[in-house]
Amino acid sequence: MTDAAPARPGGAMVEFDGVGLRYGPDAEVLSDISFNLQPGSFYFLTGASGAGKTSLLKMLYLAQRPSRGIVRLFGEDLVAMPRHRLPGFRRRIGVVFQDFRLIPHLSARDNIALPLRVAGVGEEDLSGPVGEMLSWIGLGDRADARPATLSGGEQQRVAIARAVIARPQLLVADEPTGNVDPDMAMRLLGLFEALNRLGTTVVVATHDIHLISRIENAQMMRLEKGRLSDPTGALRYPPANRV
Amino acid sequence: MIIPRVPVQHRRLLPDRRLSGPTPWVIAILMMLTLLAAAAGVGLARSANAIGSAIAGRVTVQIVTANPVTRAQQAASLRRAAAAQPFVRSARSVEQEELRATLGQWFGSEGSGEGSDDPVLKSLPLPALVDIDFVGEDRSGHMRDLQALVAREAPGARIIPHAEWLGPVARLIRSLAWIAGGMVVLMTLASAAVVIMTARAALATHYPTIEMLHLIGATDRQITRLFQRRIAIDTAYGIALGSAVAAAILLLIGWQWSGVTAGLATTASLGPAGWVLLLALPLLAIALAALTARQTLLAALKKIL
Repeated sequence: MTDAAPARPGGAMVEFDGVGLRYGPDAEVLSDISFNLQPGSFYFLTGASGAGKTSLLKMLYLAQRPSRGIVRLFGEDLVAMPRHRLPGFRRRIGVVFQDFRLIPHLSARDNIALPLRVAGVGEEDLSGPVGEMLSWIGLGDRADARPATLSGGEQQRVAIARAVIARPQLLVADEPTGNVDPDMAMRLLGLFEALNRLGTTVVVATHDIHLISRIENAQMMRLEKGRLSDPTGALRYPPANRV
Repeated sequence: MIIPRVPVQHRRLLPDRRLSGPTPWVIAILMMLTLLAAAAGVGLARSANAIGSAIAGRVTVQIVTANPVTRAQQAASLRRAAAAQPFVRSARSVEQEELRATLGQWFGSEGSGEGSDDPVLKSLPLPALVDIDFVGEDRSGHMRDLQALVAREAPGARIIPHAEWLGPVARLIRSLAWIAGGMVVLMTLASAAVVIMTARAALATHYPTIEMLHLIGATDRQITRLFQRRIAIDTAYGIALGSAVAAAILLLIGWQWSGVTAGLATTASLGPAGWVLLLALPLLAIALAALTARQTLLAALKKIL
């Protein structure tokens, strides 16, 4: 078992134990995945293309149930959880997709406001946080722009703003800098770091090794052919502490 | 609620392309045909019932005695005797002029002013007819009593129950009413199928939006309300349009029908219950469309984690 942090039974935000995932009758794309994610920590998930990073993230943001094993999120078993309870958990997770997935006919403002509207926040309480968020990502003057009129970097910032507007406890980002230039990549990483300082647990999937070195105290998980490894050895923990 | 309330800001999650697809127009056509079939069904059913109740207790006694004087005497005697019976509501001798006028239509002399003067018609030995209406429900018992009466007053006369020759017509009309009812059911099912296809197409078209909404924590109910509202409004437009066209056609037919005063045509009308049914059908259709859309959407969303 590889662990992304020293195990603290009962204190982990996310716990994977012996998780396997297969699509249909094919071989497992992820096998024997076990790790814990601690609240307020920053994690990088690395691995070559096709190693299973996106599949692992899908299970993290509840778009996919595992084929086997145990997944616990915020202390609750998600494998056996009835479907109707999932939305409540999803509202505690922010997701940044590699391809942004902005809703094309909505403005930047409406895209960012989406999680709050879904959560039932009234319109009178929306404008303040959404305006602040637009300023934070430097798009205060592009609030009414549709995604198609925004650059790749601007779209990525809107996607990040949408992911964090509801102050999620867990932020999951899949190759968030894959479509932007190095300068923008560093600015986006700065956004994640700022959020992490506010207490959000951040998981960023990337294969940009330069990015990883820029975050102090970040921990790394590495996927190789569907299995989790611990390349640095720094994340290893004594077996007695295993959950 | 048939058309769920959805905040304006949430409605924007679906692009505003109202009436751009074929659904409202297909629903309009189906609704128009449904209303016309329903109106035809109601009218025909009422006509069949009216004919059925009119003929069930009526017979005509046909007296064919060769001597015209004896024939007339037998007819008058039978009419009086029948009218005095407790099982007879009314008895009426059909006038010879009335018979000639009827026959004149077939001889081609009617309407030319020659009806009663037509030498051919005048030369025909017409039977004497007595129309008798029974009272009560015991028609077989009344028939036996009448047969005894006829044997006594007009031996050799023939009793013709109207049900024998108008019964098949009434059954045909009733069959047509059932066929119209069947068409209403089939077109309702077709409308529901159109709504199901629309809902599934909407889900397929907007799948990325739905997936995103799910991932940020939207419930099936929230997503369903969005689509249900849109589909219900689109179908309501179609239903309103189809109902308006059907109403115009029905009013036109009603106006033309009002000029028909003869024969079976006078028995066909919608009646108050028929009009209530026709007015209720569009509302029921909107409710059915909304319910179908809701169930289709919920079933489809359950397949997505």
